[in-house]
Amino acid sequence: MKRIQRGRGLTLAASVAGLGLVLTACSGGDGGNASGGGGGDAEPTFDCADYEQYGDLEGTTVTVYTSIVDPEAEEQRASYAPFEECTGATIEYEGSREFEAQLPVRLEAGNAPDIAYIPQPGFLRSLVEDFPDAVQPAGEAVVENANEFYTEQWVEYGTVDGTLYATPLGANVKSFVWYSPSAFEENGYEIPTTWQELLDLTDQMVEDNPDVKPWCAGIESGDATGWPATDWLEDVVLRTAGPDVYDQWVNHEIPFDDPQIVAALEEVGGILKNEDYVNGGLGDVASIASAPWNESGNGIPDGTCHLHRAANFYQANWDEGLEVAEDGDVYAFYLPGASEDDKPLLGGGEFVTAFSDREEVQAFHAYLSSPQWANAKAEVTGQGWISANNGLDRDLLQSSIDQLSFDLLTDESYTFRFDGSDQMPGAVGTGSFWREMVSWISPGQDSETTLSNIEASWPSS
Amino acid sequence: MTAIPPTTLTDPTEVDTRKVRGLTRAEQRAIAAKGRLSSPWASGIAIVLAILWTVPTFGLLVTSVRPRSEIRSSGWWTFLQNPALTFENYSEVLFGSSTSFATFFVNSVVITLPAVVIPISLALLAAYAFAWIPFRGRELLFVAVFALQVVPIQVTLLPLLRQYVSWGLEGSFWVVWLSHSIFALPLAIYLLHNFMKDIPASLVEAARVDGAGHVTVFFRVLLPLLTPAIASFGIFQFLWVWNDLLVALVFVGGTTDVAPLTVRIAELAGTRGSQWHLLSAGAFVAMVVPLVVFLALQRYFVRGLLAGSVKG
Repeated sequence: MKRIQRGRGLTLAASVAGLGLVLTACSGGDGGNASGGGGGDAEPTFDCADYEQYGDLEGTTVTVYTSIVDPEAEEQRASYAPFEECTGATIEYEGSREFEAQLPVRLEAGNAPDIAYIPQPGFLRSLVEDFPDAVQPAGEAVVENANEFYTEQWVEYGTVDGTLYATPLGANVKSFVWYSPSAFEENGYEIPTTWQELLDLTDQMVEDNPDVKPWCAGIESGDATGWPATDWLEDVVLRTAGPDVYDQWVNHEIPFDDPQIVAALEEVGGILKNEDYVNGGLGDVASIASAPWNESGNGIPDGTCHLHRAANFYQANWDEGLEVAEDGDVYAFYLPGASEDDKPLLGGGEFVTAFSDREEVQAFHAYLSSPQWANAKAEVTGQGWISANNGLDRDLLQSSIDQLSFDLLTDESYTFRFDGSDQMPGAVGTGSFWREMVSWISPGQDSETTLSNIEASWPSS
Repeated sequence: MTAIPPTTLTDPTEVDTRKVRGLTRAEQRAIAAKGRLSSPWASGIAIVLAILWTVPTFGLLVTSVRPRSEIRSSGWWTFLQNPALTFENYSEVLFGSSTSFATFFVNSVVITLPAVVIPISLALLAAYAFAWIPFRGRELLFVAVFALQVVPIQVTLLPLLRQYVSWGLEGSFWVVWLSHSIFALPLAIYLLHNFMKDIPASLVEAARVDGAGHVTVFFRVLLPLLTPAIASFGIFQFLWVWNDLLVALVFVGGTTDVAPLTVRIAELAGTRGSQWHLLSAGAFVAMVVPLVVFLALQRYFVRGLLAGSVKG
């Protein structure tokens, strides 16, 4: 999902001039998140004895095709170095922002890469359906790794009709609320542990200081505008209706506008459409639709709002001088569930799929699903990267929010669910869902109409 | 860029005197058109259009020299209130370790030159045959070639790629060279054919009488006359190939071995689209070459295009 683009400057200029022109296409950008780190110069430390299991692959080449481009791609390439050095194989990495459009073209033409990283389980499913001969079921070593190092749910997302095709690579956690630890301390606020406490805290914030709106939010993201709002709804569905209903909803076993979903959206509206709660430092409710998602949290260090719900990768958007830590300038707490024992966790990630059963490809796939790789990747990455691999050495993660995310991901008491819009058909997940959520915020379409409109757009087959 | 300088209106009496001298209809029309285009109103509109058309590019230029934090917090039009200038974006794009712009630049050149030379050479030969060698089915074949122009290249991408894969060509420069040649040929043949047809038949016949064969006629008689047409189509094709993203993306992807600059620029924005301080600088670097080529050869461009495509 999340093609995160923003083109305030140029788009406005172009529209003022009445010209759609080329530049809107060039203006994909937001200032904020550089590489999500950049400290990725460290050479991974490794012992080639650990790599003997992959055999001698001297002279072979594995091509990798992904949606991850520079600067993150550089860290990816660096993480393959131990494998390349010890086995003699060459990894040819190719990242493209047009990945999702290009991969089916390549498969269709018989020009498949050896390995691809697929960012959505829904996309994986359609690939397996459309190109049953091209997508290779995971080899034995890969299946073993998957079962050993990943929780059942993660394995499930890489499985289509009972066959494991893909293993998780990176991961992210979306159930976070960013806040300012110092502001919390000053005002004596406690981190809420239940949904009700979160609402109470919000009320208290309004009472303490009616001029400062507690929440700030923004869902503008270029041609993907609306996606942060879909995450809001998904997170709340998990909390009000539960993971089972969530699964049915995502798989369209219940209608998109089921009363339970309407209730969840009403709950979201209780915060996002409440003039007393939003939009700290940015304006009224309607301003949520036009505030860039990657800058909308800036009110927290500025003191114009207290709470901002966003994923762990939002850390790359904070101004460079801010310290992201529990005792730093900004940090995040887990978006609480209905009760203290109820801990749903919304997240996302990408999945490794192989399109060839050559020995070196299978070996590399096994490497990518192993803790060896996860640790090598953590070593070369500054901040802003985690994996759900439970063999990952927590101490290698270089930012405390990454460590917290990893803790939540591997903690069995949390019920993980993959981002719903990533699993829905493209027409909904990257189309009507985004658009209707924007209409819901501004001009303020009611919840029921919003959800029925999305239901109507669900592809019939 | 394309503002037309206001010129004096054509004096009606002047037109009359020329009429007396016996002007062709085309010349009269040209004079009338010049009169209309030279009106202050038309010039004003042209200037306004030129400015509107240039504003986004200008914004891109301003953006490319602003520091990253400034780009992030305000639009380029606030540049004058807060003039902060940096060439860091350019140096990172050009010399940064991860971008390897030089490699892609060389790739672009390696792709573009043959992709311009191949179709022009083939089209010249074909156009000559269509224009000056009578053979059976010539008209039919020419119409067929002409009709090929209406085939959108998008529908040919997949079958072509499949063919290349079965020939084992994928991932080499051949795929782009061949594809660009294929896509360019119908228009090239048509343009050059029309231009060749415009050359008086007596010229060719005179050469024949003097004992020249097809080769001599082609090289000694026609080629010198065709220079503007060749140059104009050359520029045309050069700009198209240099700026092409679709063909390169589909056929060669993004590897450093073969991918051109455009593919690299499309990736510059970063996975989450956050790097557009680099994007703006990179786009400008890529623009420089076509701009230089266009400015250097623009008189051929206009002249040749008109000569080939519009028959008086």
